[in-house]
Parts: sequence; structure tokens; C-alpha cells
Amino acid sequence: MAANYEIDPVSGRAPLVLGEGSFSDVTNAVAAPMERTDWRKWWMAFMVSLGMLGILGVAVGYLIWEGTGIWGLNVPVAWGWAIVNFVFWVGIGHAGTLISAILFLLRQKWRTSINRFAEAMTIFAVLAAAIFPGIHVGRIWVAYYMFPLPNQMDVWPNFRSPLLWDVFAVSTYFTVSLLFWYVGLIPDLATMRDRSVTKLRKMVYGIFALGWRGSTRHWLHYETAYLILAALATPLVLSVHTIVSFDFAVSNVPGWHTTIFPPYFVAGAIFSGFAMVLTLMIPARKIFDLEHLVTIKHLENMAKVILLTGSMVGYAYAMEFFIAWYSGNPYEGFAFVNRAFGDYAWAYWIMVSCNVISPQFFWFKKLRRSPMFLFIISIFVNIGMWFERFVITVTSLHHDFLPSSWDYYTPTIWDVLTFVGSFGLFFTLFCLFVRFMPMVAIAEVKTVMPQADPHYVPGMEKQVQGDVLGPGWMQRSEADAVAAQASVEAARDTKTDTDSDEGKRHG
Amino acid sequence: MADKPFGLMAEFDTAQAVYHACEKVRDEGFTRWDSYTPFPVHGLDKAMGLPRSRLPWIVLVMGLSGAGLGMLLQWWVSAVAQPLIISGKPLFSWQAFVPVTFELGVLFGAFGAVFGMFGLNRLPQYYHSVFNSERFSRVTDDKFFIAIEASDPKYDEKKLKKLFKGLGATHIEVVED
Repeated sequence: MAANYEIDPVSGRAPLVLGEGSFSDVTNAVAAPMERTDWRKWWMAFMVSLGMLGILGVAVGYLIWEGTGIWGLNVPVAWGWAIVNFVFWVGIGHAGTLISAILFLLRQKWRTSINRFAEAMTIFAVLAAAIFPGIHVGRIWVAYYMFPLPNQMDVWPNFRSPLLWDVFAVSTYFTVSLLFWYVGLIPDLATMRDRSVTKLRKMVYGIFALGWRGSTRHWLHYETAYLILAALATPLVLSVHTIVSFDFAVSNVPGWHTTIFPPYFVAGAIFSGFAMVLTLMIPARKIFDLEHLVTIKHLENMAKVILLTGSMVGYAYAMEFFIAWYSGNPYEGFAFVNRAFGDYAWAYWIMVSCNVISPQFFWFKKLRRSPMFLFIISIFVNIGMWFERFVITVTSLHHDFLPSSWDYYTPTIWDVLTFVGSFGLFFTLFCLFVRFMPMVAIAEVKTVMPQADPHYVPGMEKQVQGDVLGPGWMQRSEADAVAAQASVEAARDTKTDTDSDEGKRHG
Repeated sequence: MADKPFGLMAEFDTAQAVYHACEKVRDEGFTRWDSYTPFPVHGLDKAMGLPRSRLPWIVLVMGLSGAGLGMLLQWWVSAVAQPLIISGKPLFSWQAFVPVTFELGVLFGAFGAVFGMFGLNRLPQYYHSVFNSERFSRVTDDKFFIAIEASDPKYDEKKLKKLFKGLGATHIEVVED
């Protein structure tokens, strides 16, 4: 049975929007979650998130009042959960730009259904990340020292420090992601403006839509701007986690001082980011009836990216050990033996199980196409990637060069609460996003529909698909949609002669 | 209201119809006109005979200025304002300044792309005559429009109505200025 669900990923001819919906159906489907009247469940989720955000407020407030002594830091381990959480959140933030920029440049049209969602996730994750460097300085009122601002002491930042590069990389990344997201939103905000029934909504969406009127003269510059932003964001996203890894790699600490760090961190970031997209997207597409726009094919593609990047991360773990042995450096060798078999062996093996073993299930198509299974694995990956940063940070520090100062690091309740609170910030922003913004890029999804092509002839896809997808597909359940898709595939196989036309349709 | 209207607006149901209509209007030699679509229709700019966007030049200039300013800032801070020898490196150890230079180049380039696009498109522009049409609100949903301005030298309401009808317009109206 599973074989019938097959979609040919190479030709990309499986429909990206299931069924024969019109443009208007897409608009309605995406706008429906924002226009519903029953918000009880949303309020529940929002209140829980807000409560967690409150915890963040308390944890940060107490930190500012009392100082970093409330955390579990000790002398060899002077970098604890603050940096772990920072890298964790920044890493998650990488999937959004990967999906929106890199897949755009590679003309992966399937990205259109998920890019808005992933970009929103990026922005919220980078915001959650930005808390930690802000507060870990202890004396938060001098956090502005991080920026090259003229001051009465005539002191300037040291531009040779990777920590300073990080300030520039992360703030540039945040700004560019926000601009990219907003530019993508403008046509959809105009759609919401034109659909609004209440005056307030019309005004607010109208202000942010900037008076967009879909003019072709505007689309011309708009599409150029979008393409250029994608081209700028692609090296940017690679540079950001590279620079984050420099925070470690440029130091002389065994276990950190390796040239593999930049590519290894970037792969890990994409890995964790896609996992987080799945974690959020799988429930969201179910709750908001977007299963015909975010199809199983989209989820499967993400699973493949997770499998690829997860294997790259696994390779990096192995290569670190190899180089530790091959370099002949006893300190490096000790750091890695200690990592896998020392005091923090439990953390190391959690990391390996979650990051290296769990994605290997995605070699099986059946598992890649099961939303429930994908969701479970995505949670494992999230956990594993948090532990990766924990392992890297703590195992290298807790047994440093001087055995007399060796110590064991344990977080305090305040470390935990700050981390939980950062999820509060993330989820609060996400709740607001799903309520007030189109979760799927409406205008962009329309461009991948067959009838969007100016040379489309009505009935063109029927030659290929057979008459299996009738009207009324919006009401269909996912099982129906999948079964229909399977018939499409079967119908197509018998009509391979029309395939080449089909492939060129969007060219 | 001036006696002269803004122009004539034709509505189309499909991307194909508006595409061919644009080709026709272009070939008729109209200059003050535009088409409006819910999404970027592939190749419609060429069907309208529009030149390429100048935006890439703006981005190039902005990106290079950002990178240049970034290097200048780091040189000035490290070699002039606060000359400190760190790790025995020269005061202007430019290799270490590459990451920040790159980031500022990207940042300024992105500003150039976004605000340059707003500038070329004259956005935000909250009032425009096309919004006077009741039916125009569906341009952000599923309808396609062409509007020819009354100020166009070749503007002739009767002839145009006929032209649009022949091109498959589903609705034609005169829009107030």
C-alpha cells in the first residue's frame, strides 16, 4: 500500500497544492484561522505561554538583582546554560532562512508552503537567543559595551574578538530575517486588508500593507528585491553559525579548538531548525486545516533534510574523535575520552542517541510519511541538539588544564527557569503570529499552482492526472487527499508522454 | 472630482487572459498603464514591455558602502581612537576585521534592497485611484486587472472598451481619479 503513495521527488511533479482548488480557495484556507470566532483553545495556549514568559521575567529580574551567582557556574565552568541556550536558539533560527533563502535560490518550489512559518520561527528563536548574551553579562546596565558606541571613558570594543563578531552577526541576522519576512508579508497583508470586515483590522493591516495594489510595475521591483535578499541571506545564514562556532573554535580549549566547528555547527543548526519546524508545523497544519497546502510531501522533504544534516552531524562527531587521536595531542585526546566516558558520559550518549541514531529511521519512506512519527523524532532531535551544545560547553571546561581546579557543574533552578522562560517568549510570539498573520505565503503558493502559468491551458493537468480530483477537495480529509494523490501518481505513470510538458510548466 | 476620470479598468478572470491582454495593450503603444495581479505572474513584465529593475545597482552601491564603512570603523577604532596591541598583532590587522566587514556589507545591502524597492515603487502609498473601484479589492485574491490612465495620449474610452471586450475582459469600468 505504501508504495502507491509514492511521489517522484526528482521531477517534482507531484502537486504542491492538493486538489483543483482555485486561487480564492487558497486565500480562504489561509485566512480562515485568522477569521475564526472560537478562540478558546488559542487563549488556553496563549495563557500558558504568557505564564512561561512571566517565569522568564522573574528569572531575569532576580538575575539582575542578585547577579550571575544565582546560576550554577563555577570556576572552570564559567560558561554554562546561558551560552548553551543561546547557541540552541540561534541554531533553531537557521532553518527559516535556509528554507526561505537557500531553497528559493535552488528553486525548490515546495518551500512556498512552509517558508512563512519557518521565517516566523527564525525571528522568534533569534529573539529568544538574544536574551542570553544580553543578561549573562551580569551588569546588564552596561550591556551597551558590546556595541561600538562613543562613551565618556573613551573605551572601544576589541574587533579581534569572536564574541564581538557574534554581536554583529546575530544582530545583522535578526534584522535581515525580519526584513525578509516583512517583504514576503506585504502582499498577504494587503490580502488581509481587503478581506477585513472590521474597521480596526482594515486599518492595521492596511498600514502594514503600505498601500500594496499588486501592480506589475511593483511586482517587478518586488521580485528583484526578494531575489537579492535571498542571495544576501544565503551567505549570511552560513556566516552566523560559523561565527557562533568561532566563539569556541578561536579559543585554545581542547575540544573547542578545531577547524571542523564552522561546518559542523552550520549542519547542526539546520538539523535542529528543521526539527523545530516539524515540531510546530505538524500540530499547526492539523489544527488550522492546512493539510492540503502543507502536504505529506512537504513533511517528507523536511525529514530528508533532517536525515542528511543529522548524518553530517554524526560524521562530525566521529571526525572529532579521529582528529583527537590523529593529532597526537594528549590534551585533545583526553578531552574526547572524557567527553564519551567521563563524568558527563550520560549527556554525551543522550546526544548521540538523539542526533545520530534517531534520524536514521528516516531512511524508511513509511516513517518519513507518518506525521506522528515525524513529530516524535523531531522532539528527540530538539533534545539532542540542546545536549550537543551542553556537551561541547561543559565537558571541555569542567576538566581544564589544571587538575586541581577540576569540578562538576550542576545547573540551579534559576538556570532551568530562565530556559523554560525563553520557551515562553517563543511560544507567546508564536501564538500571536498564528492569530494575526497569514501562516502560509498566500501570494507565493498561488504562483506554484498550474493555472498561475500564463501559458496554462485549462484541462492541461487532467491529461496527466486523470479526473480523480473533483471539486470540493477543501472538505476532504487527509486520508482522502493522500489516496487521491496516489491515483494521480498511478494515472501519471500510464501517461509518461505528457510528462515533459508538465515539468516545464513553471519554467 | 475633476471632470476627467483616472482611467479605464478592465477585469480578467485568469492569468492567461491578462497576459495576452497586456501583450496587446503593449503592442497598441500605450504608455500610461499598468496591470494588477494577486501574485507575480511569470513573464508579465515582459508582456507589458517593462525594462529590467534598477534595484541591483542600488544594492551593489549600498552593500559596498556598508562593507567599506565597516572596515573603516574597525581601522579607526583599532588604529586611531584606541591603539592597543592585542596578541602581538599589528594595529590594523585587517584579517580579523573581515567578519564584521562582511556582516555590515550584508546589512546595508539588505537595507538597500528593501528600502530601494520601496523607493522605486513609491511605497507606502495609501491612496491610489485604482482603490476607488469596488471590485478592485479582489486583486489581492483571484482577479486580474488592467488600468489605462486617461492621461495616456492614445486614451479613447470607446475604442478601449471594445479592445478590452475583444480580449476577454469580464468587467470594464471607468474609475474616478
